[in-house]
Amino acid sequence: MTERVPVLKIGDVLLVSIQVDLEDQIVLDLQEDLASRIVDSGARGVVIDITAVEIVDSFVGRMLATTAAISRMLDAETVVVGMRPAVAITLVELGLSLGGVRTALTLEKGLNLLARPGIDRPAQR
Amino acid sequence: MAEQAISTRLVELLTARNETLASAWVEAVSRTLRGRISVAELDRELHELYTGLSAGLREGAFDWQGEAFGEVRALLTELSRSRARQGFTPTETATSVLALKDVLAPTADTPAQDIHAYLQLSKLVDALALFTLEVYAKTREEIISAQAEQLMELSTPVVKLWDGVVAVPLVGTLDSARTQVVMEKLLQALVDINADQAIIDITGVPAVDTEVAQHLLKTVVAARLMGAECIISGIRPQIAQTIVALGIQFGDIVTKASLADALKHALRNSSADLPVNGGQA
Repeated sequence: MTERVPVLKIGDVLLVSIQVDLEDQIVLDLQEDLASRIVDSGARGVVIDITAVEIVDSFVGRMLATTAAISRMLDAETVVVGMRPAVAITLVELGLSLGGVRTALTLEKGLNLLARPGIDRPAQR
Repeated sequence: MAEQAISTRLVELLTARNETLASAWVEAVSRTLRGRISVAELDRELHELYTGLSAGLREGAFDWQGEAFGEVRALLTELSRSRARQGFTPTETATSVLALKDVLAPTADTPAQDIHAYLQLSKLVDALALFTLEVYAKTREEIISAQAEQLMELSTPVVKLWDGVVAVPLVGTLDSARTQVVMEKLLQALVDINADQAIIDITGVPAVDTEVAQHLLKTVVAARLMGAECIISGIRPQIAQTIVALGIQFGDIVTKASLADALKHALRNSSADLPVNGGQA
């Protein structure tokens, strides 16, 4: 029985806080759970909190990008928050710039980011 | 057995004219150093060495790496370290030891067996001089690497310009080691200060080539991954020309001519933070 990362719902945003070591199977399960939760709840945004993640590999990096792409397909914006400096450096060195994934420094800023644009996007000046 | 006899004889010779020889040594060395080190200090150093050497020989060994010469090696290490720090040349340092050979050199009326003893001693002194030089070189290396480290520390301050805005004024040439330090410091500052706008000011960077540009891009991308927006400022006209001529693409990274412009841009972004991300998500 592998661990599963809980997907929490706050308003119309889903919060995924990753507190365990990211093994490949956990990541795959998470992707599956998240996709079905987005559909079930009709969520508008997804926040993935990786504050506690200290080690990433290319697989996890790609998974973040894929998850964001899947969520976008289901009309939910993904924001990755709380990336540590070491993790960011690792991803850059691996050549993964996570194009298309939005990032924020803290959970709070990530939620703000989702609250502002998107649905009630103001007319462009 | 023979070696034992030789060293006993040497100790005899060395102790017999203890004061004369040591003083002659001090004088010979102080001549080469031309007063850049006080005679009293030199006198103390060399007398200690002389005593150590006699003691080592008394233990009956010519093996300079052995137990008996531990004291001598420690003294030599100290001596060459202080010489290296004070900026003496390798020759001057080695001469301090080698001068002993001149002082002890046999004269016409030296008996044959003493000449043999002298040759043995001369070998020993050579080995010790080599050891001294080695320590000297090592000390120099240490000094150089310590300075490089200090330079690295000095040249990469991360300053907070405003709430949520940090800047890194880069001065000097960027290489991969420095970029690494800059990147780490900047990213750590983003977390510590909770800043979401970062400005990299390259006014002090003398030249930008593809490698430097690559390093800058990496830093910007890393900052973005953490959720901060990065602005590159302080691009001088020549550098702009070079960048374009080299065909370096900065993509959607915001670049500004001056730090002031960059700060204005950052402030507008962080306070309004509405129209900012529209373009690049």
